[in-house]
Amino acid sequence: MVAKVKIATAWLDCCSGCHMSFLDLDEALIGLADAIEITASPITDIKEFSPVDVGIIEGAVSTTHDEEVARNLRANCRILMVWGDCACFGGICTMRNLFSKEEILRRSYIETESTKNGKIPSSEDLPPLLEQVKPVNQVVKVDCYVPGCPPSSEAIHYALTELLEGRIPVLPSEIMRFD
Amino acid sequence: MTRKIVIEPVTRVEGHGKVTIHLDDKGNVAQARFHVTQVRGFEKFCEGRLFWEMPVITARICGICPVSHHLASAKAGDAILGVKLTPTAESLRRLIHMAQIVQSHALHFFHLASPDLIFGMDADPTKRNVMGLIAEMPELAEKGIKIRAFGQKIIEALGSKRVHPIAAVPGGMNKALSLDEGDNILKQIDEVITDCQFAVDLIKNYYAQHGEEVTDFADFDTGYLGLIDDNGNVEYYDGKLRLKDSKGITIEDSVAPEDYLSIIEEKVEDWSYLKFPYYKKFGYPAGIYRVGPLGRLNVADGCSTPLANREFANFKKLGGSGVVSGSLYYHFARLIEMLNAAEEIKSLVQSEIIYSKDIWVNSRQINDEGIGVIEAPRGTLIHHYWVDTSGKIRRVNLIVATGHNNLAMNRAVYNVAKEFIKGGEVAEGILNQVEVAIRCYDPCLSCSTHALGHMPLEIDIYSSDRNICRRLRS
Repeated sequence: MVAKVKIATAWLDCCSGCHMSFLDLDEALIGLADAIEITASPITDIKEFSPVDVGIIEGAVSTTHDEEVARNLRANCRILMVWGDCACFGGICTMRNLFSKEEILRRSYIETESTKNGKIPSSEDLPPLLEQVKPVNQVVKVDCYVPGCPPSSEAIHYALTELLEGRIPVLPSEIMRFD
Repeated sequence: MTRKIVIEPVTRVEGHGKVTIHLDDKGNVAQARFHVTQVRGFEKFCEGRLFWEMPVITARICGICPVSHHLASAKAGDAILGVKLTPTAESLRRLIHMAQIVQSHALHFFHLASPDLIFGMDADPTKRNVMGLIAEMPELAEKGIKIRAFGQKIIEALGSKRVHPIAAVPGGMNKALSLDEGDNILKQIDEVITDCQFAVDLIKNYYAQHGEEVTDFADFDTGYLGLIDDNGNVEYYDGKLRLKDSKGITIEDSVAPEDYLSIIEEKVEDWSYLKFPYYKKFGYPAGIYRVGPLGRLNVADGCSTPLANREFANFKKLGGSGVVSGSLYYHFARLIEMLNAAEEIKSLVQSEIIYSKDIWVNSRQINDEGIGVIEAPRGTLIHHYWVDTSGKIRRVNLIVATGHNNLAMNRAVYNVAKEFIKGGEVAEGILNQVEVAIRCYDPCLSCSTHALGHMPLEIDIYSSDRNICRRLRS
């Protein structure tokens, strides 16, 4: 039996929709299970990255913790693929760049109408926000991009099977989209 | 000397989180906290957008239940326009919402939670996930995948995409349902209903085999909140709010969703980006309540469809004359709802009204405020917008399902930690047990921190001098 290709995935500032699109492969997941092994990932219980063939990131970089996760996964993978508009370009997460982080936090934790005696959470147990949300390639080198909000499961399947065949995927225009 | 334990990241839940446990001088649990470590900022950055755009922007709060935000947002938009939907538009919204209940509950049970129940909470972590389920129990995995796909395909038919569909607009829907699409749904529906009943039976067998492990697991007193219809049945799309206390006594009934601020307030804790809603009259933290499947079934008098209603009666028996309070019963409630939603889909698609092309109403009115409330898969979801005369958003307030359960998830973690840590001895298996407790609530942390974000799990154990003495990651 050929060794399975090892994959690790992470999600940063995002909605998890790209991982949902991966699960939307439905029955095709069953076929992929013979070819890939998912190690550390939000959909498994393996929490530490170890060396893998392919790293996958969904989501933009919004906190110091997101930066650490991106660097850690990059250091552990041969090829880094990013899924979705947030990871590729910053996506909807970058709407917060139109405001200062103080304005964002003040609205959420002090001003909202249902909030009583609010304050801005600042315990050492929470990662601080960066001033600006960034796409992944502003923090680490990215080898391949699968845009879309989210990319369709067809696009994700195409990208994975190209990688399994040893090619860097270039999405055909029928399955490439940005919404 | 006290100690602190940390679990990070919490996995197989949606979003970013970690757990810290503080021990006292005797090595017993002094405090356990579930921290949500992501913030996103929707409540601020939507300011200045047109309310028409909100159903598409706010769907991006969550990739698991985008339809909930999409619909709550469209309902807030309906209120701003001051319109009442056509019967067809309302049926179509109910259809896409039921499809989402089916797909989201299937995802949670089969893809995320069932590996704990099937393989055991202490099983090898490399197997204890959906890929392991596919390898070891392909028939079960296939059923789960098929149920979820059924829901996702209905969402795609109505909104052109499975995740972040474009279906609802303020005033109605974007697209009608064709007879062919309806036929396609009807061809599969009986098999899906059978499979949903199979899932209910599966969890009942699990409970029968595990006795006290189930009844005593993270069992504690809280209030319960959910929407109900005019007959007192569980309601997901519309309806009135009902709140029961820990004994099952109704303390708020027929509350119009627009009056949510009269019963709910939120507290901010320094150590979590997720706020803590509570029942205003009881104060914080005594006003703890739970939402989602367990909350909805506890406040309701029945389910709208026959098979689900039969299981509802079985569920009620578990609570005697009061309420069902064990956290692991969330799974039972969730699967009864999945069955309920599948049966609802059948009756919606069999009705003639859903095929009309009369799907949108116009309005020249722009009210300065709109509130949309629905029951998302994980619980009550509130979107509240204030707009200027041109319809530009001035302010946004969001209370999301997982937020309501924040106090309860913290209580669940505390209860489990106390069981597993005694006299400084940390029993093996605590990591996943704590995660199992959190996973009962199917938390959606990107959702709940629309404000900011996400959740993987790590437990840090802190000693009384506040040094980390142990960090657990699987």
